[in-house]
Amino acid sequence: MEYLNLIFQESYKILFLLVPVLVSVAMIVWLDRRVWAFVQKRQGPNVVGPFGLLQSLADALKYIFKEIIIPASSNKVIFILAPIITMTLALIAWAVIPFGLEQVLADINVGILYIFAVSSLGVYGIIMGGWASNSKYPFLGAIRSAAQMVSYEVSIGIIIINVLLCVGSLNLNDIVIAQKEMWFVIPLFPMFVIFFISALAETNRPPFDLPEAEAELVAGYQTEYSGMMYAMFWLGEYANILLMCALGSILFLGGWLSPIDLYPFNLIPGALWLIFKILFLFILFALVKAIVPRYRYDQLMRLGWKIFLPLSLTYVVLTASYLFYFNLLPTI
Amino acid sequence: MIAHAIFFYVFSVIAVVSAIMVTVSKNTVHSVFFLILDFISISCLFIMIGAEFLGMIMLIVYVGAVAVLFLFVVMMLNVAQQKNQWFVSKDSSRHIPIGLLISVIIFFELIIVIGGWKYKPDLFNSAKSSLENGVSNTHSLGQVLYTDYIHVFQISGMILLIAMIGAIVLTFRQREGVKKQSYLKQISRERTEGVEVLEVASNKGVKIDD
Repeated sequence: MEYLNLIFQESYKILFLLVPVLVSVAMIVWLDRRVWAFVQKRQGPNVVGPFGLLQSLADALKYIFKEIIIPASSNKVIFILAPIITMTLALIAWAVIPFGLEQVLADINVGILYIFAVSSLGVYGIIMGGWASNSKYPFLGAIRSAAQMVSYEVSIGIIIINVLLCVGSLNLNDIVIAQKEMWFVIPLFPMFVIFFISALAETNRPPFDLPEAEAELVAGYQTEYSGMMYAMFWLGEYANILLMCALGSILFLGGWLSPIDLYPFNLIPGALWLIFKILFLFILFALVKAIVPRYRYDQLMRLGWKIFLPLSLTYVVLTASYLFYFNLLPTI
Repeated sequence: MIAHAIFFYVFSVIAVVSAIMVTVSKNTVHSVFFLILDFISISCLFIMIGAEFLGMIMLIVYVGAVAVLFLFVVMMLNVAQQKNQWFVSKDSSRHIPIGLLISVIIFFELIIVIGGWKYKPDLFNSAKSSLENGVSNTHSLGQVLYTDYIHVFQISGMILLIAMIGAIVLTFRQREGVKKQSYLKQISRERTEGVEVLEVASNKGVKIDD
C-alpha cells in the first residue's frame, strides 16, 4: 500500500511537470514563428485564437490526423523507435531542473552531469532515424548531426567545468544558490556567449541547422517521417531547446533567484523568474534564427574545434588560477 | 529494499541479455544498439550502488561519444560484402585463424584474472561508510583522485594523449593539388582586390587565373 501511495504521488508530480512543459513547447513554437515573422516585417501566425496563440494546437491536430507512412525498405523497429527516443530524452531531462529551493522533482547530487548525459544521448534519436530510413538524404543528415553534436558537446562540457569550479558542487540547486551574490554571467561572460552559441549548435538551431539544411538535404533525418512521428521529432527538438535555455539560465543567469533581492521582487515566486529567464534566452534563440545565415559545414567544425575548445580550455585555466590565487576555491 | 532488489535484477538481466545479443544478432548496427543498451543498464547499476559519478560519466563518455563513433563506423561499412568475402569465398579467409587465436588467448586471460579475483575484506564496510558520512560519491572520488592516485591518473591521461596523437598521425597525409580555403583571406577580402574592370577585346577573351 505504501509503495502504491508513493508511486501515485510521484506520478502526480511528474504529470504536473510534464504537462506544462508540453504546453509551453506548443506555445514556444508559436513564439518562435512570431518573432521570426516580426524580424522580417511579416505578421506570422495570427489567425487561430487570440494573437494566433492556438496555432500550434491546430498544427498538432493536423499532424494527428495525417497518415503515418513507413517506407517499405526501412528498418521498421528502429524507424518507429527514433522519434520516441528523441521525445523521451528531451522530456526526462526536465526531472532535475529546479524551479525553486524545494520545487524540483529529483534533487540528485549529480544533476548537471545528468542533464549533460541525457543531452548527449539525444544524438541517437537522430542517428537512428537517419539510418533506419534507408535513404540518402536522411543518412547524410544523421551523420552530419552526429559529428556536430559530439563536437559541440565537448565545448559545453568544458564551459560547465568553468561554472562548477566556482560552485564546488554538481547539484543544480547548489549552482543556483552559489549565484546569490553575483550571477555567473558577469565573471564568466565569455563563457556565457560560447555556451549560447554551442547550445544553438547542440540543438540544431539555425544558423547551425545543417542536419536538416533544406537547401542541400531536403529535410535531413526527418525526410521520410510523416504525421505524428514527424511531430514527435519536432516536439522533442523544441523541448530540447527549452531545456538548453533552462540550463543556460541556471548556469549563468541565477536560475530561480530574483535579479535584485529587494521588496517587490522578492514576492514573485522563483519559478516565474526561471520562466522569464528561459523566455529571454529563447527570444534570443529566435532572433538569431531570423538574422543569421546558415553556416557552411567546415566552418561549423572549425568554430567548434579550433575556436571554442581552446578558448574554453584557456578560460578553465584562468578561472582555476584566479580562484586558487585569491583563495576563493569553494570547500565542501 | 525490495524495490532495490527488483531494479537490480531488472537492470542486470537487461545487461546480460543485451551483452549476449551484441554477439548473436546478425545485423551489426543492431548489435551496436544492444551494446548501447548494455552500457546504459550498467550505468544504472553503478548509480544503484551509489557510484553516481561513475554512472553518469559512463553514460557521457561511452554512450554519448564512443558508441556514436562505433555506430558511424558500422553504418559506413558494407558488412554484407565483407562477410561474404571472409566466410563464403574460400580464397581469402586468412583473418579467421588469427582472430580465433587472439580471442582464445583473451578468453583464457579473462578466466585467469576472474578466477583469482578476491574482494578486499573491508570493501563492503568502506562503501557504506562513505555514504553514511554525508560525503557524496563525487566528493570522495575527487579527494582521492588528485592526491593518492595522482600518478596513475596522470599516466592514464598520457596514454590517452599518445593514442590520440597516434590516431592523428596514422590518418594524416599531405595531399597534393588540393585547394584549401583560407578563412583569413576570405574575410579580409576588399572590393578593390576582388573586382577588376577589364577591357575585353572582341574574339580574344581574358585569361582568369584563380
